[in-house]
Formats: sequence, structure tokens, C-alpha cells
Amino acid sequence: MFDISTLHYLVLGAALFLLGVIGVLTRRNVVIVLMSIELILNAVNLNLVAFSRYWQGIHGASALHGQVFAIFVITDAAAEAAVALGILIAFFRNKETVNVDEVNLLKW
Amino acid sequence: MNPPVANPYFFYGLAAVMIIGGILVITRKNPVHSAMALITALLAQAGLYLMLYAPFVAGVQIILYAGGIMVLFLFVIMLIAIERNMKERQFNKQWLVGIIAAGALGGLFIAVYTTTTQGRVLFPEGRVSYVESDNTQRVASLLFDLHGGTYMFAFEIASLLLLVAIIGAVVMAKKRI
Repeated sequence: MFDISTLHYLVLGAALFLLGVIGVLTRRNVVIVLMSIELILNAVNLNLVAFSRYWQGIHGASALHGQVFAIFVITDAAAEAAVALGILIAFFRNKETVNVDEVNLLKW
Repeated sequence: MNPPVANPYFFYGLAAVMIIGGILVITRKNPVHSAMALITALLAQAGLYLMLYAPFVAGVQIILYAGGIMVLFLFVIMLIAIERNMKERQFNKQWLVGIIAAGALGGLFIAVYTTTTQGRVLFPEGRVSYVESDNTQRVASLLFDLHGGTYMFAFEIASLLLLVAIIGAVVMAKKRI
């Protein structure tokens, strides 16, 4: 039976990363921009875990650095989501909109 | 060793679920629909982690990502009024530039992944299947072990980061400080 190589996971990760980039660059809704950032972080996580398995094949079963990094990335994603959504609530309270194009409070 | 339960066709199924979920996230008008599609993609990704012999990361993905972060997203979506936003234009005027930039990035990815050095692609085959049963212990010994805990300091820094994030989120969302 054929096998799934590391490259398969990398290509899937690249596709998800590109979807996230398109979402960040083209959408106007802040919530969906934040979700696209989550997509990007998940693409990176997938790459890290795939590399971790590849690295295990070279350095033995304890070489799990990629998985540890993936856990740290998930921690960062949680912190980022909490702060970003707090900012979003504060912004919505002031401007009554969630449109990225209207985030120009510094301009007054 | 027994052959794994998940045969290679599982990869294509889960990958298709992830790609379709990602496309739905960036195209739906209603943020709630986007969040549901993202949860589906995250759960499919947890399945891919299981195929990569990473059960601990898969569990963290389901509990923390699909269960924690996405619930936070849904809460915020329901706290803000989305009705007015759903009547507006959903894509900005730079969508053509965005597509071109993403296409350039995709071309870069393709160029990197098809590069050959001495006739070999950059990431050759060479995986070994390990049993999952001691994966969590090995991750824990990388994080916590007094003698081999390579990432103990980084773990403490992560806890500090979470504390700062909690304070920041409370300060940001509070009406009057």
C-alpha cells in the first residue's frame, strides 16, 4: 500500500496557510480576519507535527520537539484570541461596527 | 507491530474536510457559519494529528482549540450585533491584490517543495511509525523533566504570557477601568 509522506502534510499546510492569507487580506469583518489568523496558525501547527514525526524517524522516539512547539503555538493562539476579542469588544462599543476599514481611531 | 487503523485514504478524506472547511471560513457571510466551518476543520486536523502519532497534541487541539478558543469566538460573535455587518459588502477593494499576493506565496511554496538537491526532493520519505502509548510521557519529559526538561523555561514563560493575556483581555473588555 502507498504511504503518506511528510510532503503530503506540508502541501496541505501550505494550502491552509494560503487560504488564511486570502482571508486576512480580503475580508472586511474583523471576526473572520481573526478566524483566518487561526487557520494560519493551524497550518503552521500541522507542519510542526509532521516535521516532528520526520525527526522521530531520524533521532528516535524521544525527538518530539515539533510537538512541544505545536503546544506552545496553541498556547499563543489562545492568548492572542483572548486579547484580540477583548480589543474587538472595546472597539465595537465605541464605533458600533466590526468593519476593518473603519478601524481608524487614531485619525480622530 | 500491527498496521495502523487509519489507512492512507484517511489522509485524503481529512485533508478534503480541512480544505473545504477553510474555504467556507473565508467565504461565508455569517460569522457563525464561518466559526462552525472552522470547528469542523480543526476537528479534522485533530484526526491528522492522530495519523501523525501525536495523540497528546490531538487532545489539546480538540479540548483547547475546538472547545475553548472557538467557544470564545462564538461568544464574541453573539455579543456584537452582526446584522448590520451582514448587509454590508463582505470583501474589501484590495481583493485582487490579495489574491495576487497569495498566488505569489503559493508559487514560492511550490518552488520550495519541488526543489531538488542532488536529485532528492527537500523532504524525502523516511518516517518510522512509533506506538502512541508513551507519546504523552515523552512530551512531558521534554517539558517538565528536571534533567532533560529542555523546554521548562519556555513553559514558565508561556504561563506568564497567559497571565498577561488574561489581564489584557479583562482590561480591554471592561467598560470602565
